[in-house]
Amino acid sequence: MRDPPVDDPARLPLPYGVVRLESDKDPTVRADVDRGTRHYGRSVTVIATESLSKRFPRVTALDRLSLDIGPGVTGLVGANGAGKSTMIKILLGLSPATEGRAEVLGLDVVTDGPAIRERVGYMPEHDCLPPDVSATEFVVHMARMSGLPPAAARERTADTLRHVGLYEERYRPMGGYSTGMKQRVKLAQALVHDPQLVLLDEPTNGLDPVGRDEMLGLIRRVWTDFGISVLVTSHLLGELERTCDHVVVIDGGRLLRSSSTSDFTQTTTTVAVEVTDSDTHPDGTAALRAALTAAGVTLHARVEEGLPGAGHVLLLEATGEETYDTVRDTVADLGLGLVRMEQRRHHIAEVFRPGTAADQSPEVQAR
Amino acid sequence: MSAETQIHNIGYRKYDGPRLGRAYARRSLYVQSLRGAYGLGRSAKSKVLPMILFGIMCALALIVVAVAVIAKSETLLIDYTRYAIVMQLVIALYVASQAPQSVSRDLRFRSVPLYFSRPIERGDYVLAKYGAMASALFILTASPLLILYVGSLLAKMDFGDQTKGFGQGLVSVALLSLLFGGIGLVLAALTPRRGFGVAAVIAALFISYGAVVTVQAIAWSTDNLQAVTWLGLFSPITLIDGVQTAFLGASTSFPGEAGPGAGAGTVYLLVVLALIAGSYAVLMRRYRKVGL
Repeated sequence: MRDPPVDDPARLPLPYGVVRLESDKDPTVRADVDRGTRHYGRSVTVIATESLSKRFPRVTALDRLSLDIGPGVTGLVGANGAGKSTMIKILLGLSPATEGRAEVLGLDVVTDGPAIRERVGYMPEHDCLPPDVSATEFVVHMARMSGLPPAAARERTADTLRHVGLYEERYRPMGGYSTGMKQRVKLAQALVHDPQLVLLDEPTNGLDPVGRDEMLGLIRRVWTDFGISVLVTSHLLGELERTCDHVVVIDGGRLLRSSSTSDFTQTTTTVAVEVTDSDTHPDGTAALRAALTAAGVTLHARVEEGLPGAGHVLLLEATGEETYDTVRDTVADLGLGLVRMEQRRHHIAEVFRPGTAADQSPEVQAR
Repeated sequence: MSAETQIHNIGYRKYDGPRLGRAYARRSLYVQSLRGAYGLGRSAKSKVLPMILFGIMCALALIVVAVAVIAKSETLLIDYTRYAIVMQLVIALYVASQAPQSVSRDLRFRSVPLYFSRPIERGDYVLAKYGAMASALFILTASPLLILYVGSLLAKMDFGDQTKGFGQGLVSVALLSLLFGGIGLVLAALTPRRGFGVAAVIAALFISYGAVVTVQAIAWSTDNLQAVTWLGLFSPITLIDGVQTAFLGASTSFPGEAGPGAGAGTVYLLVVLALIAGSYAVLMRRYRKVGL
């Protein structure tokens, strides 16, 4: 079983253009992230299924699916009708499996359904918001349905709506909300009772590219900042690339592939660095290239082309967190301005392409 | 920015407080639905109709009491058990307007899965919604009886008689609340469209009453009093009329005074109880389908 990413916060992927700070390496700063693991010790399983099958009279929705999903953000990818929603129903203890068994947070879905639903949040794919009440009223009501006392329900609602990025508009009837705002409310009602795991069914459906990016960023934060594990479904493989630690692909109810995205890309992370020029170093990029080569960092010869300022971007191989430090220190020593330092990840499609590193990866959990 | 001014981002706070579970969630849903049935916690517009209907229900009782006090009469102009029968139009309008808003909205806006993904279960949801609707109807029908009772005591009528009559009236409207609430919710839950729900409830309560009364009149005119008695089984309000005629000392509104006796009354009571249980069962079935 793979280690949860929380063990080493410094290995979490950085959002675009963010420079890793010293405090990110300090384990105490993100101590609350360990929450997701609090009940299970170090070798943790959030969702486990064992030859799980669900057959309807005419279709087989799930076919002997065995999964072992740890804390973090896990993507469940499959075409429409691949069995994603059936899987969520079974995990919530609302639909009995035809055969096999499933556990969520160490609880059996058949016998402990209510206990699971108390600790898990669910965001449905479809619209589910009454248009004539405000987000605040609605989320408070849903918090109480999760068992939160009235005062706590109000307080958690205010907090949660703020965290998902809903401010003054939360007092207005939801009928007037944009799709993006509605998706945020749907996410908020899934988070309001502070679950240990949220199941998000196609949360980016119907969003424009900007809204999609914002929602994916928010989902990432649910794990990194709130310490809540996420199972997110999508029929788009690509959009889960930046968001998920782990991706499970199912097709026709069968497991196609289960791989860790971060571990795969970790071994070959490419980092793009862009610096300014200065009076002492009229060509800052060249100066940095020389200095980094001297420091033993592997640089890619190729620089990106066709983009504005492409000549100023250095691509280098990150072998571990110390590479980021080396770059930062080197840039500082040269007195250059660091414009950006970002990971260039491989496309997730490569993870599932036969013959790539993932194939040999011991992290593959398909059984 | 001055030195004192600071923005504190407190970040995500986890919740370690109590989680009160299913019974609490069911109770919360009951209270919310009951308040909602009178427009409380909803928009000002949705308070208008239930409050007007509640006002009409109580206004007539106040008039009856006022007349009794001024005329210093020995008895009330209207029996406790008779009040709901006389006011059935108002009660039916209330059910038709409030039952759909209670259940159709959750179905139409597909909020039901949000409930069932929480500790609350199907039975809790149905129980809370049914309980709330029946309680709202009980408040609507028992409040005027309370006004009559208090008024009769102020007019110094016989305490024993009035208390007995009031008690019989309360039992009658309790049955009526469960029956009408159940029928209203079942019809409303069968369609996510609120308008259809309203129409279906009105049809079920009124058209059945109109039909029963018409056929009863025909049977009476042909002196078939037995038919008059049994025909009452086919509409909700005549069912209640029959039960209270047989067991709660009420005078029947059936033509020819052909209300059921104890024997036929038992059938009436069984049918009422079966309809109440049936409504609950149909609701349970209905929500099994919409689960998630």
